[in-house]
Amino acid sequence: MPAAFPAAPSASFVLDALDWRLLDEFQRDFPLDAQPWARIGERLGLGADAVLARLTRLQALGCIARVGPVFAPKRAGASLLAALAVAPQRLAEVAAIVSAQPEVNHNYEREPAGLDFNLWFVLTAADAAALDAAIARIESATGLTVMRLPLEREYHIDLGFRLHGGRP
Amino acid sequence: MNPQPPEAADADPAADAALERALILATQAGLPLTPRPFATLAEQLGSDADTVRAGFAAMQARGAIRRIGALPDHYALGYVANGMTVWDIDDAQLRDCGRRLGALGFVSHCYHRPRSLPAWPYNLFAMVHAHDRAEVEARRAEMRALLGSACRADAVLYSTRILKKTGLRIGA
Repeated sequence: MPAAFPAAPSASFVLDALDWRLLDEFQRDFPLDAQPWARIGERLGLGADAVLARLTRLQALGCIARVGPVFAPKRAGASLLAALAVAPQRLAEVAAIVSAQPEVNHNYEREPAGLDFNLWFVLTAADAAALDAAIARIESATGLTVMRLPLEREYHIDLGFRLHGGRP
Repeated sequence: MNPQPPEAADADPAADAALERALILATQAGLPLTPRPFATLAEQLGSDADTVRAGFAAMQARGAIRRIGALPDHYALGYVANGMTVWDIDDAQLRDCGRRLGALGFVSHCYHRPRSLPAWPYNLFAMVHAHDRAEVEARRAEMRALLGSACRADAVLYSTRILKKTGLRIGA
């Protein structure tokens, strides 16, 4: 009998070893086959119907965000990671100004850990001029200087994320 | 006897581009979980399953699709601690250090970004997902050991709130 591992401490579901293998071993190389579930099932000793039923359950539970392609970021256009050092009492106001810009597609509050930068956001625009304009709007509306950290080079090759059987 | 070759898909770049755009729109929220997902997609798009599969293969081959698979929700699975680790790395050793961190299974993104002195001395970023902060700290210790003397200083910034996140690549 496969061992059952608990998932998130607060989660009300239990996943078995085959669920964890489905989560861990099929994050890439999805078979572009007329019967992909059968191909996956061959590696797990499951029938196509059982694979499909398990994936459907995992998706319904929220354990799988989706089964599908990861698209590469758009190569056209310009993007930038940026950060602001915001006084705690102004955080809500400044965060709202940042989030309101259509060029901002991620905006996170982070604990600055002794550094001053506590608001981190990613901007994407058609070109560098549009990016500069968005940053200028944020700076003039907040009175703060935006730290710009453009991507120089990516080192990670996206092969998926090892889940270690769900255990620490 | 050789059958007539089917109409070559690559004979019409405009039709290819239209199909690819349709495939992105139809699958950026996932493949249909049906017994024959490519046939289901083909039906939705007025195409056929072989063309759909060839479209995905072509997008994968040229890097427009990085991978296709079951994409776990880290947070739902208990990986609730998200730490952005940042490193001040000797420029001469940056490339080697970036590759080492980027190859770690628990690192989901690894980027070289410019320093912004004097406020920001860090030039290498690596995102770490773990069950809790203690596990992130253990990962950081592993990373520090891996980098050795090439690393002059480092820090970790934990995300506390997502204020905006739009994941879609193109609008429907």
